[in-house]
Amino acid sequence: MPDALPKRKITLTVNGRDLSAEAEDRYSLADFLRHALGLTGTHLGCEHGVCGACTVLVDGDAVRGCLMLAVQAEGRQVTTIEGLAGDDGTLSPLQQAFMEHHGLQCGFCTPGILTTLTAYLRDHPNADEPELREALSGNICRCTGYDTIVRAALAAADAMRKGATA
Amino acid sequence: MKPAPFTYHRAGSLAEAAEMAASLDNARLLSGGQSLMAMMNLRYVAVDHLIDLNPVAEIAGITIDGGRVTLGAMTRQRAVLEDAALAACCPIIAEALGFVGHVQTRNRGTVGGSLAHLDPAAELPGLAALLDAEITLTNAGGSRAVAMADYPLGYMTPDINEGEILTSVSFDAWPSGHGWDFREFAQRHGDFAMAGVGSLITLDGDGRIDRAAVVLIGVDDGPARLGDVEDMLTGEPPCDALFAAAAAMAAARPMSGDALVTETYRQHLSGVLVRRSLAQACTRAGEAGHA
Repeated sequence: MPDALPKRKITLTVNGRDLSAEAEDRYSLADFLRHALGLTGTHLGCEHGVCGACTVLVDGDAVRGCLMLAVQAEGRQVTTIEGLAGDDGTLSPLQQAFMEHHGLQCGFCTPGILTTLTAYLRDHPNADEPELREALSGNICRCTGYDTIVRAALAAADAMRKGATA
Repeated sequence: MKPAPFTYHRAGSLAEAAEMAASLDNARLLSGGQSLMAMMNLRYVAVDHLIDLNPVAEIAGITIDGGRVTLGAMTRQRAVLEDAALAACCPIIAEALGFVGHVQTRNRGTVGGSLAHLDPAAELPGLAALLDAEITLTNAGGSRAVAMADYPLGYMTPDINEGEILTSVSFDAWPSGHGWDFREFAQRHGDFAMAGVGSLITLDGDGRIDRAAVVLIGVDDGPARLGDVEDMLTGEPPCDALFAAAAAMAAARPMSGDALVTETYRQHLSGVLVRRSLAQACTRAGEAGHA
């Protein structure tokens, strides 16, 4: 076995909690969340930026967790799938809509889709179907055929415009 | 699917980054990481040192000064896409940026990263070629400018020397009232285009084409300006027959074939895209003229 690689301490805020853990420089943010912080809701599919399963929010922006290094998240605010529901477990309007409209089957891609849409609907509350389909173009789902995802997103946007919150 | 080990260096300023680039062996610069990190994860690229330019705020930002536009290398693609002043003077840029990856990759991906990576299907190098842009490179000793026409030395090989950092790209906005169009065809929105085209047009007082610029992406080693098509268009009144002739000329170019599509397919596709793009750019120029 080669010598263990040096690690560095990384401190950041995840879902509102200040956390720190050690990681090698080469650790991706997604691997850091899963293996160092135990937040396994963030999924890794392709690990080269194509599938979108690892999408998390960094300072509110949706980014690929596999293409950003953990060390680059030092001092940042990160939101993962674990941070979308309310503290009491109440689902966000988007999560609720996904449940009601069958917006997932196996659920592997769902964390990335929910984080992506959380940011997108915050920035584009009046998004229509073509805009939502384009926003979702960076997330691959092999179960649903996307129609139920789009239906759920439209329903969530509607609910949020009427004042629904997590 | 994990990068080979490397040492990470956070550059606090351009001078510090240049110093690191000059002194560290087998080092690469990290901008948005939307191509480089993927290539490192796949171990197409293995480095000993990674120099992170993300904290270098002095090379991020958009400035428009008397029609001269400068985009700092670390400007995020999303910032370029959403900049209202840029959309007003160079509307083709936002139209093209909509095709750059996806919302998540544009949040990280940068102008300079795309220009330095120089993927043949990338939209930003295509825009730089279309706009006759100039690229500024800096090292510990000073800066130099390279014309975009001279910048690609071959397939994914930019004219960047060891230790140099791409700091900005600048170009002149076309005159107010010009026509524009950018379109491409890919298997999925945001994927690498099988072919893409950008067109800029100005019309004279008689409605004839006064100035034309046309670029193809994804069909050759780098962005391909269609000088012969531009010459043929200049001085002519826009019409379907003219666009069809331009399409035929574009489709006659030698092009690359790959695992997805053959050269013949790409030539046909390029012709269709050029025809539609020129029609749209001329329509927009005409509408501006009558406004």
